[in-house]
Amino acid sequence: MKQVVRVAAGQGFWGDWLEAPRRQVEGGPIDYLMLDYLAEVTMSILQKQKERDPRMGYARDFVGAIESVLPAITERGVRVIANAGGVNPGACAESIRDLAASHGAAGRVRIGVVTGDDLLPRLDDLIARGHTLANMDTGEPLSRVRDRVLSANAYIGSTPIVEALRRDAQVVVTGRSTDTALTMAPLRFEFGWAADDWNRLAAGIVAGHIIECGAQCSGGNCLLDWRDIPDLANVGYPVVNAHPDGTFEISKHPGTGGRISVPTITEQLVYEMGDPHSYITPDVVADFTTIQLEDAGPDRVRVFGIGGRPPTDKLKVSIAYRAGFKAVGTLVYAWPDALEKARLADRVLRERLARLGLTFDKMLTEFLGASATHGPLAEASGDLPEVQLRFGVRGEDRRAVERFTREIAPLVLNGPPSVTGFAGGRPKVEEIVAYWPALIDKTEVRTAVEVIA
Amino acid sequence: MKVRLVDIAHARSGDKGDTANVGVIALKREWYPLLARELTERRVADHFQGVISGSVQRYELPNLNALNFLLHGALDGGGTLSLKTDAQGKVFSTALLRMALDVPDEEARRLGLPTVT
Repeated sequence: MKQVVRVAAGQGFWGDWLEAPRRQVEGGPIDYLMLDYLAEVTMSILQKQKERDPRMGYARDFVGAIESVLPAITERGVRVIANAGGVNPGACAESIRDLAASHGAAGRVRIGVVTGDDLLPRLDDLIARGHTLANMDTGEPLSRVRDRVLSANAYIGSTPIVEALRRDAQVVVTGRSTDTALTMAPLRFEFGWAADDWNRLAAGIVAGHIIECGAQCSGGNCLLDWRDIPDLANVGYPVVNAHPDGTFEISKHPGTGGRISVPTITEQLVYEMGDPHSYITPDVVADFTTIQLEDAGPDRVRVFGIGGRPPTDKLKVSIAYRAGFKAVGTLVYAWPDALEKARLADRVLRERLARLGLTFDKMLTEFLGASATHGPLAEASGDLPEVQLRFGVRGEDRRAVERFTREIAPLVLNGPPSVTGFAGGRPKVEEIVAYWPALIDKTEVRTAVEVIA
Repeated sequence: MKVRLVDIAHARSGDKGDTANVGVIALKREWYPLLARELTERRVADHFQGVISGSVQRYELPNLNALNFLLHGALDGGGTLSLKTDAQGKVFSTALLRMALDVPDEEARRLGLPTVT
């Protein structure tokens, strides 16, 4: 058995640095490249794309990422695990197969496809059999918005990925796998961790949590000593160096920028944290209050002591549904009295919307430069050089939102003075696709693995 | 003595639905007990009055010298529903660090806290 397995993070979300996958493969020795593409609403965007074209519905960036690391991954035997499959893992895998063929590697890249997370085709059946798929935040049953549902996917764990690796897949493509399973699965596979080895599985999950946001643990978005973090232009993405006993070190490739230290790792550990005693995944419940961190040399942190316990009998389901429309308009007011001018513009706009008889579920005014991000906690004082008025509306009635977008530009000539920054034209009306978190019995979700070449 | 939280801790925040989470991390291990004592749910809720509409929950992570706060009703519905610039709660971290603590002079000296006058 290997004594160390190296898993490198190459994407923290769909839209992350296109250079990162190649830099992770070429910058130093790794065994696995882990690419996380899916955020909560990504599945619904992909579902819309699939409706327009049945060959779409996956993260297209992934094809470019693989292209950027071919042939290095075949030469070095690096395996890739990604949840880039979105709502169409099969089509994603086929596009990778075709890519390999066009690079003279036809039939030489084995691609594992994990399916079974997509519950959309079974939704009515599930509801009919008494699964309410109640919203975890509000308790409302899914039936309330059933006709507006765009996508429904169960978060699945490491088991099918382990199976794909066992069947010699070099590239594993999943749909809505949990982000953390993408890192934990190769460790479980390489070290032969049992499905009830709770502490080690939890360690794999913690490793996954640390690297799933890419450079956010290696100096990116780091508040502490941010001025002194070296060479962010050349930031190194993180690598997990894992051991059979469940301990691991986080490092980055030599010669890269950024920083890996106890504080940078700690900032990432608390990111999007709920109850730290119970970080629930399909495989294990990890206890973040057991995590121990230790400086292990320059840009290297050792992580150990992690405890876990058995998971629940449910899986979380990510459901996306159409929830009305929104639009946001902005204008910039300049010195003197910029904030006062922006405030007057806000009052004028609200009065005009009211006279038009337009009603919205929500109207929100923000004054960027004064109080937008910290609200009344901010101490904007003195005569500010400029303030951006940012006015948003949301509602079920598309026409009302549309009408609102016509009320911003006129303020340039018929509102308060010293106004600019309207070059972008009318605000765009956006359909809101909202997130509906729910739970489903694990026994209802059956995953499958197919390997193509 | 007045101690600014931004001088003794760092932080990161994120979102889960309409809830923002803020992890506050003591800059030194020996400062964590002070944070754990002073940064109560009540204190943080008072700080965010008028900013969030829901309650505040606190969790302790002494292993990381950190506290985790869940700020409910912080994000105008959260996710894609939200009209806020900070729809994902990314800068609630520094909003919390705006807080100042009153620390007895003797304790501030003993802990070597950076103070403001």
